[in-house]
Amino acid sequence: MRHTLVALVEDKPGVLNRVASLFRRRAFNIESLTVGHTERPGVSRMTIVIDSDQTSAHRVTAHLYTLVNVIQVDDLAEKPAVNRDLALVKVRAEGDSRARLLRVVDETRAHIVDTSATTVTLEITGEPEHLDLVIGRLQPFGVVEMVRTGLVAMARGDVAMRPPNGGYSNHAAVPLD
Amino acid sequence: MKRTGAQIIWESLVREGVKYVFGYPGGAILPAYDAMLDYPIHHVLVRHEQGGTHMADGYARAGGGVGVAMATSGPGATNMITGIATAQMDSSPIVCITGQVPSKLVGYDAFQETDVTGITLPITKHNYLVTDVRDIQHTIREAFYIARTGRPGPVLVDITKDAQQASADFEPDTSPIRLPGYRPDLRPLTADMHTAAELIREAERPLILAGHGVLMSGAMRELREFAERTRTPVAMTLLGIGCLPASHPLNLGMMGMHGEAWVNNAIQQADLLLAFGMRFDDRVTGNTKTYAPNAKKIHIEIDPSEVNKNVKVDVALIGDLRETLGQLLPHLGHCDHSEWLEYIDEMKGDTAVRDIQSLPDSGHLYAAHVINDLWRFTRGEALVVTDVGQHQMWEAQYYKHETPHSHITSGGLGTMGFALPAAIGAKFARPEAEVWAVAGDGGFQMTAAELATAAQENLKVNVAIINNGYLGMVRQWQEFFYERRYAATPMRSPDFVKLAEAHGLTGIRVTERSQIEAAVRQAEDTQGTVVIDFRVEQEDSVYPMVPAGADLHAMIRRPKPSVLAETAADR
Ligand SMILES: Cc1ncc(C[n+]2csc(CCOP(=O)(O)OP(=O)(O)O)c2C)c(N)n1
Ligand SMILES: [Mg+2]
Repeated sequence: MRHTLVALVEDKPGVLNRVASLFRRRAFNIESLTVGHTERPGVSRMTIVIDSDQTSAHRVTAHLYTLVNVIQVDDLAEKPAVNRDLALVKVRAEGDSRARLLRVVDETRAHIVDTSATTVTLEITGEPEHLDLVIGRLQPFGVVEMVRTGLVAMARGDVAMRPPNGGYSNHAAVPLD
Repeated sequence: MKRTGAQIIWESLVREGVKYVFGYPGGAILPAYDAMLDYPIHHVLVRHEQGGTHMADGYARAGGGVGVAMATSGPGATNMITGIATAQMDSSPIVCITGQVPSKLVGYDAFQETDVTGITLPITKHNYLVTDVRDIQHTIREAFYIARTGRPGPVLVDITKDAQQASADFEPDTSPIRLPGYRPDLRPLTADMHTAAELIREAERPLILAGHGVLMSGAMRELREFAERTRTPVAMTLLGIGCLPASHPLNLGMMGMHGEAWVNNAIQQADLLLAFGMRFDDRVTGNTKTYAPNAKKIHIEIDPSEVNKNVKVDVALIGDLRETLGQLLPHLGHCDHSEWLEYIDEMKGDTAVRDIQSLPDSGHLYAAHVINDLWRFTRGEALVVTDVGQHQMWEAQYYKHETPHSHITSGGLGTMGFALPAAIGAKFARPEAEVWAVAGDGGFQMTAAELATAAQENLKVNVAIINNGYLGMVRQWQEFFYERRYAATPMRSPDFVKLAEAHGLTGIRVTERSQIEAAVRQAEDTQGTVVIDFRVEQEDSVYPMVPAGADLHAMIRRPKPSVLAETAADR
């Protein structure tokens, strides 16, 4: 199952390395990892997507807490969340395929961000599944170059990630498997 | 006040209460060494930086507080790796300070530049690279705080040469340390506390698994109170030895790969396991799929990442062991469990006849006899630091430790070469203690150069080399699992007596059991460090043994001796 772990970390040199190294050392495969600023100065936010069972997701969360620079970790697989991925796709667009491409762009809510005589560059934002779908429809035109940013995510509703004060939510209290 | 970075290092160490630094100089740490002479800290010049880290580790484990090791950049720092990893695996609080090339040169493969923070990232609790003199004070404060609090561990501080040379205003900082991502003061949930108490009340065959955490949190009294009130027997991990007196009737002894059969069988048959500050290492569980199949499990542990890692538990109480037991005790009444205790006693009786102590005294020198006699002649009062191998297991089986912090060994990493330097560190922490290093002929030679350190420091430790002419533990595996093909395990060693003498120390050779007492007495009465070369039986094996990954109850048992001949005094 796919787990989206969100980690608030101190914005300091080497912290990305510490987190990435932990995943490597504990033999967890990272599907995507993004880092960015947050509403608080000095605090960065990492979104890490891994494919693992529940037990392993708990394990890696606990290991993340052993890192001194990691402030808080949340597993968004356990709650409703907004997930967003962004892709830039440069697609071949010559002759009459250009018109067909523009129809696909229209239908899929993609944005044209650049054009040339032979190509069109599109920006697609949305749930990762939406991106998969759109990219699938672009494939027949000929994808020249493509990049995805990796997932960013945020829980829905009025909850927000805040450093816990005091107690640790007991692992065994959370059902395993 | 203006201070150089080098001075700030020592100011900070003095403020942390550091009395000894185990180190070795070099170019990138030279400014710090130059400033050292003006501060009331005794520097111990080691013979290899690995030795320095083991000394700091031994110092910490013996109760001296955070141990400090120092080295230069590049090779000095890389030589520390084994000692740092050893401390990490056994949660030992040490701070390592390394010099780094000037910050302008970092990243340019300068002479003796190594990415030390990169290399040590997975084997430290935390590490720092300091390039600015103004960061030295707070970094060292944080390093000590992190090393000693929560689940302790090694912290490395890498300081560039220019940061040591630069000057800055210095005011001693005494403000509380605040690290937003570091919360070592975790507490268990009340609901879990009640669940645990209920499981304990309902148990009929409970067993305590006492680990290093008991000693680290100082929960010896609470453990004893718990065991006595609930009449629960206690099995110990290798690193838990000493947390309850060996002579205590509820103390079963060591569990795991070389634990006695009754201990491992009791674990397999228990209906409740109480894991106190231990982490279900594979050397104590054997095959986890068949481990204690009928037991509910309560885990009291300071590090949440250890919970449900190796063995799934029913209740986890996250927090300091001593505090948690203190909170749990009022919920517990008296229990009986006499049937269960009698049953374990029966199993014990069956095993005793297989004991090597029951072998006829054929005049051969058996390692087990050496350890047993060492225990007798030191009245069980020595602080014993062991190396890694067969002798380490025999020591754990036959030296009956009555007091906490009287047994120090490398458990998690199993580092050969640990004993002598760690014993030296331990002696600095506890000068009044009778410190013995017990090492194999192989492991002793890995750090034997530290004899020179002991000699230069006029330090008294006693070294018992259990010399079997083999890398014995590996030879044993070859005997059991590789058809006695002794590849690279027979070992020819120098004359250890002469080696001691070459250092200006005393060397003694023992080839017969009757010579043990005199040798131990002579070692005790000699002022300086003494090395005893015990020439023991060569192809002896440690029993019982759970083969790696096998079921805990599937032990290779001791062969039954045909004749029982023994003197009463040996019991
Ligand atoms: C640094 C290191 N290298 C290799 C090993 C693997 N190893 C474990 S026990 C052992 C044999 C130890 O021989 P010795 O020191 O003579 O002790 P004995 O087992 O004979 O008592 C070896 C090689 C180790 N634990 N540590
Ligand atoms: Mg040997």
